Order: sequence, then C-alpha cells, then structure tokens
Amino acid sequence: MIDIVDLHKTFGENKVLTGINLSVPAGSTCVILGGSGSGKTVLMKHMIGLLHPDSGKVIIDGEDIVPMGVDDLQRVRNKFGMVFQAAALFDSMTVFENVAFPLREHTRLSEDELYAKVRSKLDLMGLKREVESKFPADLSGGMRKRVGLARAVVLDPKIVLYDEPTTGLDPITTDYVDEMILAAQQGLGVTSVVISHDISSAFNVGDQIAFLSKGVIVAHGTPEELRESQHPAVKVFLETWFGKN
Amino acid sequence: MTTQTPSKPAPSEPGLLAQSVASFGKGLIDVVSTIGGVVTLAFDVARWSVRRPFRLQNLFAQLDFVGVGSIFIVGLTGLFTGMVFALQTSEAFALFDAESLVGPTVALTLTRELAAVFSALMVTMRAGSAMCTELGTMRVTEQVDALETMAVNPVQYLLVPRILAGLFMVPMLTILFSTAGMTGAYFVAVGGLGISPGTFLTRTQQWLEPVDIYEGVIKGAVFGVSVALICCYKGFNASGGAKGVGQATTEAMVASALSIFILDFIVGIVMH
Ligand SMILES: Nc1ncnc2c1ncn2[C@@H]1O[C@H](COP(=O)(O)OP(=O)(O)OP(=O)(O)O)[C@@H](O)[C@H]1O
Ligand SMILES: [Mg+2]
Repeated sequence: MIDIVDLHKTFGENKVLTGINLSVPAGSTCVILGGSGSGKTVLMKHMIGLLHPDSGKVIIDGEDIVPMGVDDLQRVRNKFGMVFQAAALFDSMTVFENVAFPLREHTRLSEDELYAKVRSKLDLMGLKREVESKFPADLSGGMRKRVGLARAVVLDPKIVLYDEPTTGLDPITTDYVDEMILAAQQGLGVTSVVISHDISSAFNVGDQIAFLSKGVIVAHGTPEELRESQHPAVKVFLETWFGKN
Repeated sequence: MTTQTPSKPAPSEPGLLAQSVASFGKGLIDVVSTIGGVVTLAFDVARWSVRRPFRLQNLFAQLDFVGVGSIFIVGLTGLFTGMVFALQTSEAFALFDAESLVGPTVALTLTRELAAVFSALMVTMRAGSAMCTELGTMRVTEQVDALETMAVNPVQYLLVPRILAGLFMVPMLTILFSTAGMTGAYFVAVGGLGISPGTFLTRTQQWLEPVDIYEGVIKGAVFGVSVALICCYKGFNASGGAKGVGQATTEAMVASALSIFILDFIVGIVMH
C-alpha cells in the first residue's frame, strides 16, 4: 500500500532523512516512533506529496508519487486523510464548515446528508452540537485536535495519516482515538500511519512499529519484536516507559 | 608536532563601498527572484482560472472585499485629490487668465494617471495587506498544506479569486476615483473660485477623449493584477511564523507600490 524506498531529504545543511525504507501493507497500522525533531513529520509529509524528496520513491498503491504532476497527485490524495500535528483547521470557517469542507469539495450530498455525516464524525470525537458553530480560535487545543481528526476521516479515506493524534488529549479521549483507529482498521480495512510519542498508544494500535533515528528507520517490526530490539536508541526510548530489564 | 593551529588573523572589515555594493547586489537579486516568482505564479493562476470547478462563491467574496469594501476610501481619496488639484491649478492658471482650463487639466490628469495610481495604492494598503497576511498565516499554520491533502488546489482555491478581484475591481475603482475627483474639482472651481459652471463643463468635454478614460481603466487593470499577484505571492511563500508573515507583508507593500509606479511608466510608453 505504502512503500518508501531509499528516501532522502535535506533542508539546507540539515540532513533530515538519509535513506528511509519502510513498507506499510494494506489494512495495517504502522506507528512511527522517534525523538522530537527526528523527522517523523517530514517523513509523513512525503507520503502524501506535501514535500518533495531529494531522491527516493514513495509508492502508493503501486504508483510512485514523487515524479507526479498536480493532477495525478490530486487523484492519489483522494485516497488519503491527514491529521496535522497542530490541527491546521481553516480559521475562517466554523467547526462545522471545516469538517464539511472535504464533503462539499468531493461529494454531492444534500445539506441533510451532509449534516448527518458531519454530526456522526463529531459525535465519534465527543464534540457536542454547540461546538459546530464555533471558530477554531475559540476552541481548546484538544478540541481543535479532535475537529482535525473528524475532518481527516469524514470522507472515509482508505489511508489515514495521523501526526500525533493524541498529543494534548486527556486519557479518556486518547483511548477513544486509539479505539477509532483500531475500529477503522478492523471494520473498514483502513491503512493507518500514526506518529506518536505515547508508547502505550503505540503498542496498543500498532501492527508494526518503526523507530526513526538519525534519518533512518533503525528498527521495524511487530510491537513484540521492537521490545526485543537491541538498537541503543530504541532501548533508551522504551526503557523510559517499560523500565530497565 | 603541535595540534594547535595558528589563530587566523581577524578578517578585515569590508569597506563601506564594498558593503553598499553587496547590499545593492542582494537587493537586485531579491528583485529579480521576486519578479521571476510572480511571473511564474501569474502563469499558474492563468492556467487554473480556466479550469473547473469555478469557485464563484470565493470570487464574489473577493470582489466584495477588494471592490465594494474599497468604495468609501477610494471615493474619499478621489474627492480630495480633485479638490486639491483644482485649487492648485486654478491659482497657477489665474496668472495668465486661463482658469477655463482648470476643468480639462484636472480631468486629464485624473483619468490618465492619478485615478489608477491612487486607487491601486489604496487597494494595496487596504486589500493587498489583508491578502498577504491572510495567505501568509494560512501558509505558516499549515492550512495551505491541509487544503492540498484534501485534493484541493490552493492556487485555484485561494489565489485565482483574489487575482481576478484585482483585475476586475481596480479598473472600476479607477472610474469611481475620477468621478469623485471631478465632482470635488467642480465644487472647488465653481463654488469656491467662481469659475462658471458652463465653462468648466464644456471645456472639460472638449478636451477629454474616450481614449483618456480607456488609458486609466487599462492601467487600473494592470495595476490591479500586479498588486494582487505580488501580495498573494509574498503571502503564499511566507515562512517562519508570525515574524515571517510580518516581513512578507512589508515586502509585499513595498514591492506593490514600486510595481505601480514602474508599470505606470511602461503602460504610458506603450499607449503614447
Ligand atoms: N519546511 C522545513 N524547512 C526547513 N526545515 C524543516 C522543515 N520542516 C522540518 N524541518 C526540519 O526537519 C527536522 C525534522 O522535523 P520534523 O517536524 O519532522 O520533526 P518531528 O520528528 O516531527 O518532531 P516532533 O516530534 O517534535 O514533531 C527538524 O530539524 C526541522 O527543523
Ligand atoms: Mg512532528
């Protein structure tokens, strides 16, 4: 489904990605772990063509999106939903219009159907009716994040990219979001890529976990395999959570 | 063998001349790269403006903001410009008994030159700055990226309506400016300075040709597009948070104003 082959990306002097290889099979959930500033967001933006690599391939459903022009890219992006780390809501639109936006752009639903759809996604995120008419600037950080989640999944995309979906959410909502990711995978066969700092979430939702360090994936496998990893960066990272063996 | 490298001599301070040349050179590179970027963007906008879906709602919102929203301020500027101009010229013409030429002089200057230039400057300050900060904020808060991930082309969605609004509305505002200016000039000349209404109007009519009005309208369209393009370009390519957006807006204002005066000269040459 998503195949990344030898991906390199440099910003000026800053070598962020230096040969990423990662494969996410259809219908699975891949969690990307890594320290702050290790390039997780940059990697995710390459998957949907927001950033252009210096070299390497990003293969989505058998098509390399790196050399694609805008039209082809637009077609491929219709398969995606993306949750941004800082939500990236349109601040000129209300919460309702934000979530309705992808529907208005890509479907011909009647206003009633549209409302029902938006409402169901907001319900899923535990956002009440009175939130609908608010503007993003009037929401708390966690609420904004949840609106961003609702907007990303409103078209029921085949692939969802989550950039730290649960950072800044309370534990109950975090469980909610984890459940939603799992439910989407099991019920609808959605392929998910999740960037996370929360190791318990990562082990909860991930079929496979990839660990990004110094521009490469240093460990990749099932949660159990990752637990056994001997790579020093991974060990240090996991020890903070599981304690030293 | 010693591991210490001899300390380098301190680099000599570059002379004042070298510094000025360097800063001039950097300025020139900035100008050239901005022009390149704006021209590329212009082609992109042209291409996306003829493609479906046509975003009429966005277009009307921008027409309203750029055009309707500027009516008051452009009308007021026009009125006072006409009044001041009538006052100054009548004083000069009175020296050789040519007050009858006040009307035509004000009319020609307004329609050919001032209306388009001043309208475009007012639109730059009022609407251009807003375009630049809005787009810049959308860029640095990843709203533009979000649009792209939703398979919506940001050039088509955000820029095309703004550029078209500049293209259509600045010429209209130019006409408004001239009209308001002539009204102001009439009241000052006739009411304040005692020039007879008949002289003012017939003389103006004799001198003013339709081509003078076209010139102003064409200039308005050219300035409108260039100002909108520059403000959109700067905002759309902003980076570096709030500070970056502020800097982009400053640059956009300066570049837009400069472009108005330079294009005024170029269009003037082409049309005469
Ligand atoms: N558009 C950009 N231009 C220049 N440098 C960038 C850009 N985007 C990211 N970087 C750099 O790339 C590196 C990785 O950034 P990235 O946002 O991917 O980190 P991250 O792993 O997502 O961190 P965090 O967990 O804190 O979100 C950083 O050093 C950052 O400065
Ligand atoms: Mg990040």
